[in-house]
Amino acid sequence: MLEWTLAILILLGAFFTLVGSIGLFKLPDFYMRLHGPTKASTLGVGAILVASAIHFSLKTDGVSLHEILVTLFLFITAPVSAHLMAKAAIHIKVKQVDRTRQLEK
Amino acid sequence: MMFRRIFPHPLLTLILWAIWLLLNNSIDPGHIVLGGALAVFIPWLTSSYWPEQINIRRPWKLVHYILYVLWDILIANVIVAKLILGPQKKLNPGFLHYELQLTSPVGISLLANTISLTPGTVSCDLTEDRRYLLIHALHIDDVAEIKAEIYRKFEKPLLEIFVVC
Repeated sequence: MLEWTLAILILLGAFFTLVGSIGLFKLPDFYMRLHGPTKASTLGVGAILVASAIHFSLKTDGVSLHEILVTLFLFITAPVSAHLMAKAAIHIKVKQVDRTRQLEK
Repeated sequence: MMFRRIFPHPLLTLILWAIWLLLNNSIDPGHIVLGGALAVFIPWLTSSYWPEQINIRRPWKLVHYILYVLWDILIANVIVAKLILGPQKKLNPGFLHYELQLTSPVGISLLANTISLTPGTVSCDLTEDRRYLLIHALHIDDVAEIKAEIYRKFEKPLLEIFVVC
C-alpha cells in the first residue's frame, strides 16, 4: 500500500515536471513559456518531495521533514524569479505573439 | 518595550528557529539551543535593515490562506497542464492590469507570488505608485472574470490579514 502511494506520488511528480518542460519547449513566446516552470514544476517537485518525506520518515527512525524546506524555498523563489524575468523582458521589449492582447486599466 | 528590544521581529525569530531545526532534521537539545541563540541573534543584528514591522492581524487566517493556496496550486497545475498539452492555436494570451486594494508591501508581494503560482497567470510588474499589478495570462476568456476571481480568492483574505503599519 505504502509502496503504491509512493510510486503514484513520484509518477505524478515526474508527469507534472515533464509537462512543465514540454510547455517550455512548445509555447510560442517568452511570456507564455514562463507559465510552464512556475506552476507545473512546483507541483512536480512538491509531489516528489512529499514522497521523499514519507519514505524517509517511515523507513528510518525519526521523522524527516527537511523536504518541507525545499518546497518552501521553491514556492518563494519560483514566482519571484518569474516576476523578475518578466519585468526584464518587458523592459527590453521581448517579442510577443501577435495575438497577445493588451488590456488597458 | 524590553521585549521589542530583544526580539525586534518575533515572527522572524520563530521562522529562523524552525528553519534551523528543519535544516538539521533533528530536535536534539543541542540544536534547539544553538538554533534558538541564532534565531535571537540574527534578527537583532539585522534589525536596522528591517525598519518596518509586519503586522499580521489574524494568524489563523494566514494558515487557512496558505492551505487554500496549496490546494489551488494543485488545481492550477491540472489546468495549466491541459492548456500546455492542448492545441496552442486556441490560447489567447494577454496582459492585464489588476487594480490593487492592498497597501502593505508584504501583502502585495504575497499576492503577486500567489498569482504566479495559480492558474494561468504570472505577475510581471508593479507600477511605481503600487496601484496596479501587471499580469500576463496564458489564456483569457473573460478579463472581468479573472480579476473577480483574483479578488475573491486571494486579495480579500489578504486584506483581512495584513493591516497597514
